[in-house]
Amino acid sequence: MTRPSTVSDARRGDPATDPPAPGPGTVRQRGRQPRPGRGGVLAIFLTPALVLFLLLVVAPILVASYASLYKWNGFGLPENFIGLDNYTRAFQDPTFRGDLWRGFVLVLLSLVVQLPAALALAMLLNQPLRGRAAYRLIFFAPYVLSEVTTAVLFDLVFSPNRGLGDAIATWLSADAGTVFADPDTVLYAVFLVVSWKYFGLYMMLFLAARQGIPKELSEAAVTDGASAWQAFRHVTLPLLGPTIRISVFLSVIGTIQLFDMVWVLTRGGPIHSSETMAVTMYEYGFRRFEVGYASAISIVMFLLSLVFALFYQRIVLRRDTAGAITNQGGPR
Amino acid sequence: MTTYLSRRTLLGLAGAGAGACLLSACGDDEPSDPNAPQTINWWHIQNTEPMLPVWAALANEYKAAHPNVTLDIQPLENEAFKAKLTTATQAGDPPDLFQSWGGGVLKQQVDAGLVKDITDDVKPWIGGLLPAALEPYTIDGKIYGVPFDIGMVGFWYNKDLFTRAGITAAPTTWTGLLDAVRQLKAAGITPIALAGKDKWPAHYYWSYLAMRVGGVGALQKAVDDKNFDSPDLVAAGDRLKELVDLQPFQKGFLGAAYGTPDGQAAAMGNGGAAMELMGQWAPAVQASSSTSKKGLGDKLGFFPFPTVDGGKGATTEVFGGGNGFAIGKDAPAATADFLKFLLSADNQRKSAQTGAVLPTVREAATAIPDANGKLLAETLASYTGFQLYLDQAYAPALGSQINDSVAELVAGNKSPAQIVKDITQVAKTV
Repeated sequence: MTRPSTVSDARRGDPATDPPAPGPGTVRQRGRQPRPGRGGVLAIFLTPALVLFLLLVVAPILVASYASLYKWNGFGLPENFIGLDNYTRAFQDPTFRGDLWRGFVLVLLSLVVQLPAALALAMLLNQPLRGRAAYRLIFFAPYVLSEVTTAVLFDLVFSPNRGLGDAIATWLSADAGTVFADPDTVLYAVFLVVSWKYFGLYMMLFLAARQGIPKELSEAAVTDGASAWQAFRHVTLPLLGPTIRISVFLSVIGTIQLFDMVWVLTRGGPIHSSETMAVTMYEYGFRRFEVGYASAISIVMFLLSLVFALFYQRIVLRRDTAGAITNQGGPR
Repeated sequence: MTTYLSRRTLLGLAGAGAGACLLSACGDDEPSDPNAPQTINWWHIQNTEPMLPVWAALANEYKAAHPNVTLDIQPLENEAFKAKLTTATQAGDPPDLFQSWGGGVLKQQVDAGLVKDITDDVKPWIGGLLPAALEPYTIDGKIYGVPFDIGMVGFWYNKDLFTRAGITAAPTTWTGLLDAVRQLKAAGITPIALAGKDKWPAHYYWSYLAMRVGGVGALQKAVDDKNFDSPDLVAAGDRLKELVDLQPFQKGFLGAAYGTPDGQAAAMGNGGAAMELMGQWAPAVQASSSTSKKGLGDKLGFFPFPTVDGGKGATTEVFGGGNGFAIGKDAPAATADFLKFLLSADNQRKSAQTGAVLPTVREAATAIPDANGKLLAETLASYTGFQLYLDQAYAPALGSQINDSVAELVAGNKSPAQIVKDITQVAKTV
């Protein structure tokens, strides 16, 4: 009983090195022991994580989905059951529908502008270049700042009349002081700030992935007469696939949950032009005390993220995660 | 196996303990004896000069006289306070003594049983306060909070800039105000500073216009009938649109906050705009957010919100409110006594002398240091009607909707007739 089960498990297949056993019966018995033993180990290692997960992830989801069925101001217990009214209300609310549209625009911009720019920069900084390390450091630095710090920083930069942005823009005879105050430009301004902060992360990911690709491959391609672009397009890019796919995943999930930056920069304004789902949820939950409705919004956010994550994992990331998720931890 | 089991039990116990602690918020029982050692958690929003040191000094004075009382003071910025208090009250754990504007928000806290009924505690001394000030804190005949400051919203203006634009007298009618705006613009001066990012400053315009057009009862009637879609309230929006169409606000006002270094108050304090519609605290915030930290000083003037031609409202009907303190449900016994101490005539004078507070205790009115404050206090003393800020008077959902809708009107993407429909829709659900 005191003998670790894994040891006997390992030795079962190698009778030559087995120490003399009291009898074949007992050995076989021990060989079957591992199952409950392994379950015990699993339970011990899983319990802390599981308790935290249940308490901090599953319980809030359950509470929020329960609250989303009530008209509830957050005080006392929810009593006024209204079924799915909060959900129908959300999908009729122009602000929330706007949130979905703006979320879509932000995702699209991230995929079309932010990630390609990060990729291009990573390829550039993979070339032998003077001061390469310094460039890498500078481009990665914004990622180290917190979202709030970043937002305050850009709030100052684009401060009308006083900010650096305005000073530079005036010099170019343009106007930068109102980018966050104009409903037509605010979303793009927010996107630029988000990109400024996060492109360094993706650049680093791409750079690391690029360095993991053996030089011989592109060298061979070039030897075979491929141009630099062809070598990139047909050798490097496919090999960067896993990293690109995971970056897209992170970018989309991050955009769905975007809150801090928007809240500090614009509070979703002017007139909801930069509002995201998370901002709308906060506005209703913590300003208007409509916790039931805010919960419904949070559940929609959760479901969107979940559905996206599941489909993406199942379909797009299938090859990358093969063995990790699809086969329960081992190539059997 | 035995060690495994005990380890698992241990982990389970630890988890359960942590969970229980989280769920009960690790609450502590407060003593009911005022002489027992106790801690008062005090959240106030006078987080800048000049009131911040006054509160701190008063707290120290009280602590010296009552060694058993510890004061845990948290000065918070207005917006941060609202967010933090919301979290605390939704968790059922309000601070012991905290900022309150009275009205609909206080009522919601009262309905949830989070605030103490202090009618009996304050009865002996509450008579010394202005009755108008106490109104927002009285719900169903019971007192749930005490104001230390009462004031009104009106136009604060830069006398120098008015002179430079050739305006000789402060406007008394809405048409006069629009003319003044045109004159200021012609002189190359930004007529009005407005914080569009914080939505509440804009709602002052619409509320005041509603009062001037429909009389002081118009807004109360709207909320009682759950119907804001009336000709008077649409007319109020039309008047506001007249002003907005003149483009009187500073550059980038839709993105400007109220109290930041490039916000509404700073624009006034730095002489960058000629006027703002703001409450009694305006001079203090102008000074603290201005580059010089001094504000406009003598150059600052005040005039009440003008009347509207053909409107039912009068200049003596005021829109405003005060600042006060409510006491949380679990507050220790000494809290009410400390509140009484803060509201003593002497301490109200100390607060009034800063110029940032208009005292609610009648006796302390003589301590108001500046002419504008005195003018404001006199206007307030001869009031014929009073309306609390709408975002405080009404339930938060309705108050926020009014703020939102007026912001949409000011930004020019909704019409006066549309916004009263939006507001009515929310009014019907709360």
